[in-house]
Amino acid sequence: MGTPSLAVWKFTSCDGCQLTLLDCEDELLALAGAVRIARFTEASSTVIQGPYDVSLVEGSVTTPEELTRIQRVREQSKILVTIGACATAGGIQALREFSDIAEYQSLVYASPQHVETLATSTPISAHVPVDYELRGCPIDRRQLLEVLTAFLAGRKPNLPDTSVCTECKRRGLTCVMVADGIPCLGPVTHTGCGALCPAHNRGCFGCFGPMNQPNITALVDQLRACGLDERAIDRAFRTFNATAPEFRR
Amino acid sequence: MEILDRDGLNHLVDSLLATGHRVIGPTVRDSAIVLDELSGGAQLPDGWGVEVAPGSYRLRRREDMAVFAHSAGPQSWKQFVHPARRKLWQTDRDGEYVPAEEDRTPLAFLGVRGCDLAALGILGQVLGDGPRPLVIAANCTEPGGLCFCSSMGTGPAAGPGYDLVLTELLDPHRFLVEVGTPRGARALLPVPRRSARGPEVASARSQVASATGRMGRVMPEVDLRTLLRDSSAAQRWNDVAQRCLTCGNCTMVCPTCFCTSTEDVTDLTGQHAERWQHWVSCFEIDFSHLHGGSVRTSAASRYRQWLTHKLSSWYDQFGSSGCVGCGRCIGWCPVGIDITEEAAALAAERSGSDARA
Repeated sequence: MGTPSLAVWKFTSCDGCQLTLLDCEDELLALAGAVRIARFTEASSTVIQGPYDVSLVEGSVTTPEELTRIQRVREQSKILVTIGACATAGGIQALREFSDIAEYQSLVYASPQHVETLATSTPISAHVPVDYELRGCPIDRRQLLEVLTAFLAGRKPNLPDTSVCTECKRRGLTCVMVADGIPCLGPVTHTGCGALCPAHNRGCFGCFGPMNQPNITALVDQLRACGLDERAIDRAFRTFNATAPEFRR
Repeated sequence: MEILDRDGLNHLVDSLLATGHRVIGPTVRDSAIVLDELSGGAQLPDGWGVEVAPGSYRLRRREDMAVFAHSAGPQSWKQFVHPARRKLWQTDRDGEYVPAEEDRTPLAFLGVRGCDLAALGILGQVLGDGPRPLVIAANCTEPGGLCFCSSMGTGPAAGPGYDLVLTELLDPHRFLVEVGTPRGARALLPVPRRSARGPEVASARSQVASATGRMGRVMPEVDLRTLLRDSSAAQRWNDVAQRCLTCGNCTMVCPTCFCTSTEDVTDLTGQHAERWQHWVSCFEIDFSHLHGGSVRTSAASRYRQWLTHKLSSWYDQFGSSGCVGCGRCIGWCPVGIDITEEAAALAAERSGSDARA
């Protein structure tokens, strides 16, 4: 096999996860040597035509145009990896599903009649088969490199789907919920961030979305015990993964 | 038996450092009394205590300057003998397998309570003999609200297995020190101390003895090994599964839970590979992943696996209970599931069904 090609695609998103690729400063030269970056418009306007060995897809599907474009991306990609909460769960823009999209449009745009948008913000996996999903808002740089190095070595990437707590404890951090009474979504949230927020004495915001089979009911009882009222609990879950089925309230 | 004063304790730490030890002991950090590497005795938590309850741990100032009057914190000594994450080996393409270098600096553990000393013994049994740390134990004179070492037979008096053991006395602040091994005696040699007086020894003994009656928790007085063996179909597993987050915190803080997994990592050049080992938890769904899927997918089955192994099948495997009564799994469970309460409920359920039969 020659040098594999890499394409980066953007749907409805803020570009932050794509920038994580550029943020791999120490590894960027080695990465550029190992893959041919064929399409990455954040970094270069030169686009090499597909098909591509690996596609990194950022963003959710929120417009009729994106509904068809994601099909074309899938057709051109051997391996498709979604990057970030938007692409894997619908992102913060999925909050539209709790509201009236026409009202949002009229408030945000001067001429809403020119805007074509869907009432939903859906993950890429709702439209095409996805090979790997990287969670987070934004994704974790080390997990991105893990997926790419695993692909290059022909092995399965290490992407654990346990709670943030397992990583928090392995780092030797003191539990912020137990020791400080700080509300924390770590016990129901998918690991992969390195327990970033608890390491800074903050509760987990759940930006990696639900872990495999979370017990939300049990955690909600504990969030109440930490002093959160129902509205605050709804807000805690209605962030970057608001429409992930387990977090939806 | 001899007496060290508070300065004597600092001397002991300094002398261990001077003889090339990494000294690990309790110190205050991040709203907790954690175990960490000490650069001097001044880092010990003089005057700090804790208030613990299921799912809750709060630091508090004590009215005295006691150093060891606090119950188990967020971590155990496990992390220093069985690290949470470590490299096993590395290799380069067409190269040799190079075992990871291990830090051979001798360890000295200061302030190991009876429960944790027993846990170190159990871990040694499981993991095999590595370099043995110098253990300066502390007899417990102030058990916490989640302690039940007296139920498990591991405390409040520490031992066997220590090199030195301290019993903290207040007014005036001093430590009765007893020697367990020649290695302990050598560590004590350079430290200023005096002979203990009879009433001091008696006071130390009586405070440790009375601690037995001040445990915040108690295990049901049944044979836990057979209770868990007989409870595989208990309804209680479904009850606890409603509350259990399956987050794995209990196993991570448990001083005897030892399970690990390995992962292989490669670099972008494809020229270098490493194998790493890290702690895992039986509460993770992947933990029981065999060909075709996971064996224990329900929370009930995972909690049952943990508790049954800890209190029952551990005997079959290693000849003892896996629980030492430190109470960490109760305190650091975010929703406060209490192992003693679960064991009592299983005992009640069994005796209820016995009565019906």
